Amino acid sequence: MFPYVIKRVLATIPVMTMVAVVVFAMLRLTPGDPAAILAGDDASGAQLEQIRRTMGLDQPILTQLFVWLKQLLQGDLGVSLISGTPVVSMIGSRVAPTISLALATIVLTIIVAVPMGVVAARRPGKLLDRTVMTFSVMGFSIPTFVIGYLLIYLLSLKLGWFPVQGYSPIEKGIGPFLHRLVLPTIALSGIYVALVARITRSSVIDVMGEDYIRTARAKGARESTVLLRHALRNAAVPIVTVIGIGVASLITGVVVTESVFNLPGLGRLVVEAVLARDYPVIQGLILLFSFTYVLINLTVDILYTVFDPRIRY
Amino acid sequence: MTNPKKDGGNANGQPVLDVRNLDVSLVGAGQTRVVRDVSLTVNPGETVCVVGESGSGKSVTAFSIMGLLSSEALRCTSGSILLQGENVLEASAERLRDLRATTMAMVFQEPMTALNPVETVGDQIDEVLRIHRKELGKRERRQRVMAMLESVHLPDPERIYNSYPNQLSGGQRQRVVICIALILEPKLLIADEPTTALDVTTQRQILLLIRELQEKHNTAVLFITHDFGVVADIADRVVVMNRGEVVEMGPRDQILAEPAEDYTRMLVSSVPSLVPDTRAENRNEIVLSVKELGKTYSEKGFLKRRRDVAAAVDINLTLRRGEILGVVGESGSGKSTLARCVVRLQDPTSGEVVICGENIAALRGQTLQAMRKRVQMVFQDPYRSLNPRLTVGDSITEGLTNFGVSRDAALARARELMTLVGLSPDVLQRFPHQFSGGQRQRLCIARALALEPDVLVADEAVSALDVSVQAQVLALLDDIREKTGVGVLFITHDLRVAAQICDTIMVMQNGRMVEFGAAADVLTAPVRPTRAPCSTQRPAAIGTSSISALYERQRYAADFRHPHPQRDDHRRHRRRALRRGHRHRRRPHHADGRPSRCQGRARDRRQWPGGSARLHRRPYA
Amino acid sequence: MMKTIQNPAVGELPPVGAGIDRKNSTFNQLLLSLKSIPVLVALVVLVTVVVLAAFAPVLGTVDPIAINPGGRFSPISEAYWLGSDAYGRDLYSRLLYGARISLIVGLGAAAASIAAGLVIGVVAGYLKVLDAIIMRVMDGVMAIPSILLAIALVSLTGASLVTVLVAITVPEIPRVVRLVRSIILNVRSEAYVEAAVSLGTPTLRILTRHMVPNTIAPLIVQGTFIFASAILTEATLSFLGAGLPTEIPSWGNMMADGRMYFQLYPGLVLYPGIVLALTLLSVNILGDVLRDVLDPKMAKRT
Repeated sequence: MFPYVIKRVLATIPVMTMVAVVVFAMLRLTPGDPAAILAGDDASGAQLEQIRRTMGLDQPILTQLFVWLKQLLQGDLGVSLISGTPVVSMIGSRVAPTISLALATIVLTIIVAVPMGVVAARRPGKLLDRTVMTFSVMGFSIPTFVIGYLLIYLLSLKLGWFPVQGYSPIEKGIGPFLHRLVLPTIALSGIYVALVARITRSSVIDVMGEDYIRTARAKGARESTVLLRHALRNAAVPIVTVIGIGVASLITGVVVTESVFNLPGLGRLVVEAVLARDYPVIQGLILLFSFTYVLINLTVDILYTVFDPRIRY
Repeated sequence: MTNPKKDGGNANGQPVLDVRNLDVSLVGAGQTRVVRDVSLTVNPGETVCVVGESGSGKSVTAFSIMGLLSSEALRCTSGSILLQGENVLEASAERLRDLRATTMAMVFQEPMTALNPVETVGDQIDEVLRIHRKELGKRERRQRVMAMLESVHLPDPERIYNSYPNQLSGGQRQRVVICIALILEPKLLIADEPTTALDVTTQRQILLLIRELQEKHNTAVLFITHDFGVVADIADRVVVMNRGEVVEMGPRDQILAEPAEDYTRMLVSSVPSLVPDTRAENRNEIVLSVKELGKTYSEKGFLKRRRDVAAAVDINLTLRRGEILGVVGESGSGKSTLARCVVRLQDPTSGEVVICGENIAALRGQTLQAMRKRVQMVFQDPYRSLNPRLTVGDSITEGLTNFGVSRDAALARARELMTLVGLSPDVLQRFPHQFSGGQRQRLCIARALALEPDVLVADEAVSALDVSVQAQVLALLDDIREKTGVGVLFITHDLRVAAQICDTIMVMQNGRMVEFGAAADVLTAPVRPTRAPCSTQRPAAIGTSSISALYERQRYAADFRHPHPQRDDHRRHRRRALRRGHRHRRRPHHADGRPSRCQGRARDRRQWPGGSARLHRRPYA
Repeated sequence: MMKTIQNPAVGELPPVGAGIDRKNSTFNQLLLSLKSIPVLVALVVLVTVVVLAAFAPVLGTVDPIAINPGGRFSPISEAYWLGSDAYGRDLYSRLLYGARISLIVGLGAAAASIAAGLVIGVVAGYLKVLDAIIMRVMDGVMAIPSILLAIALVSLTGASLVTVLVAITVPEIPRVVRLVRSIILNVRSEAYVEAAVSLGTPTLRILTRHMVPNTIAPLIVQGTFIFASAILTEATLSFLGAGLPTEIPSWGNMMADGRMYFQLYPGLVLYPGIVLALTLLSVNILGDVLRDVLDPKMAKRT
């Protein structure tokens, strides 16, 4: 098991490096003068020169790459072009709402989606299954911001159950914190629940066709035992995989949801940076989200060993 | 091993199992009956073998008894199944669950997949006790399981108890499945081809084990098999099935010695002899000679030291025009590597492959392309060796057009070839899926012969075929050798097949050539039979000379199908192939109506976490 | 269900009844799936969207970008079939022209990413030397959440239809590459490909004749999902203000424009949102059907 973990950890290094190189390359390989892109349309020649020097854009490209990678290793994501604050500290001040939202969504998803999938898999093709599958396709198809606005329209504007928008830090009391988190979490869970319910259903159905399920039935086991004890545990690996992969859609969703519900998190920061064309901030956030994604999938890889004893090479 | 209660004689008068006029039909339109009017009985302590070819309905019958038919696919429509006088077809779901494992139990064909991969073996046996013997405490249950593990002769029960199935060999897993089936000493054991997926030595041991436990507990055994070797070995009575109906039944010796029905006679007589005909020595010119051929695979692992695996070492052979040279050996012996090196689908690491005087072992590019027409190959799996998207005509003429023959001329040649292989020239417009396995193999032979090669390599070319079809394809190969003078390198794991067709035989073991000579000499050389000891060790230690070991193993397994038609393939491509995408076109079905999966699955699942094994479809972002 | 027993007669002709054309049966299966009501509805919705987009100018629309300060926030009326927005622009006309944008983006991104992915995937699957390098780059691109990659590309190159198309296509490519590559790797070991090798068929011909055709069905299926995903990504980008130039009437831009007035005029956001959701729903339902018919092995997985 230990060599397996080391192997997975080491395997993330090339991916992370590639991410850094891709992010680096984007600015440099874009047609046009990077300094002009960074400075915006109405920058003076002196400002351009200033940017070239501080960003090292006058150096050979490989030197630039190594300087950039070295800074990354030191945890230096550069400085905002607009405010002059280090990107790292900007991220630090905005991280709390995002983490709350993401965690709440993952928890809600697992609580809702896995049972949905199992229930659907019990009798494939029957009414319950078709209902679950219909919900699942709808979850895929209705964009997060549409769900978000529908929720606001119905539950906040019409019924007044929830505040329309905004965020209340957890320090100011757990009640308002949770109250304001409900709608964003539901909106964000849509896609994710659809995804996980679907894969749970299909992998449980898949496993139910396996020979060892027949063996379990031949032992005289009850159908519920067969389903929960034998099928679900074997289906866990693909389910956990999808929970990991789904983090990508979760990140997209975070950006959109924070925008819809006006939460002051990292997603809002992305949008603000885009509107202000603050490229170092965009770059820093892309790296942060990508690394998070890679790390979560690393965790998932390691989790496999818990669910499947075969994966210990 | 004579059984006193032979021929259905029974002290109590009541059989353990009494199947009366059973009909099983497909659910849905048509309601085709796949089992028709089947009646049979099994008495205590008796072994009844149900034999038949694939599709005879024998497994469906077995699953009906256990109540394990997939209810969406198959249903028992009439008749009754009396288990100790109780009709299980009318039993409630709960009653059925109670009966399973306590009164009737089952051992399945495929031990590799019959156990839950994520639970320890001990837990899985223990589960039977937890379900049916709720009064037992944890310690008592553990003792029972340990005793059971010991009684199936598993070494080191402590370790086995805590092992996961993937840590055990196929034979060990089958012993575990037997533990699960027999721990509550059921009255009836149904064994559905329990030895088919095992290698020949292990087959023998499992049969002995079942017999031993049967005698200990006076269990009635219903044994499903397609293998007359097994029948001869263990049956008291035999039921022969064909196309869902019982053809004939009776005591073993009567069925084997004086079958009443033609079908039975055909089955019994198509068990070929191990003794080859003596053939005149072939003095034609040499078309293929392999000299000191070696093939080493390097396994490079991340964080692992480079490991070299020698698949073939120092192979020497000569093949003359019109000769059929058999290369026999068990899977993993290197025979397929040899074949693929000769056809240059793989590059040999060392040595020479000389075809008609030219060494092709190191040729590359255009010169290799030009030599390709001299040596052609027929592959094992007829369902995968023709491109399903091309007409048969296009496939057969492909080689000719590659070598500059005009399309009309190539088609004319293809029509001739179709006659040669015993098919109508009119079928060239059809697609491969319109042909049966045997017909496809004929088409593959035609395709290989289109280029008029000097050497034809047949890699397990008949292993995936049913017995009767196998004989025809062998006859065809023999006929073609006569007519065209092509030299045939015939790769097989099956000594009986080799005996039928080969002039010369080479035996391979662990990548090395261990015997080489005229078929008659190699196969009839004095055999020192060595009984396989009841051990769970790898079979490598068994046997004195390699051929006698092979012979001994195959004597007990007149098995005409390769146990794992796809296994060699999978092993070869395991690392390269990704788990997703196109696999097997043909989808055989389990007896209980579920689509079955091909052998590679368990392994595939293990690859799941690898980087490449991820879902390709992305979530909608 | 049961395998038919092979006929022992030598030279027996193939059974006549077995001669069903494969393509024909695929088509029949597709027809059969139309019996399901959701599938039928999805088809009707999608066809409607396509027709509305194609014939937008003759369907009673006005200039979708014409500003009318006098007609701001008009309710549903004779002049404004679905009302008007903050600049007095006709919502109905904007919705129809927005459909054009969405379909163009969807088709463009699907075609471009499949073309690029097919070429790269075949190269990676067939040439071992390049495989490792290509796949590492693909892993890197894939690890970046696609919306962020697109945002970065658009914000670097400036907003236009072409840059948005490129920005949506690039993140889709790695998935196509992996799909194609895995098929090529699998098919490579098929006996019929090895047979072609030993028949002396040139490499390029083996690729085009024996290997690439296997990717077509999965790629068609993948294409429909990319189509849906691209429409969604464009709407998301525009909604966030990182997409098409604001004057272009796309559904995402409409929603972005309407956000500020959502509490007073929810229709500004909800109309385009609902049309967008319905379109995506239809495409996804039809994609599922296509997958079930064309790529049953894949259908079993997800």
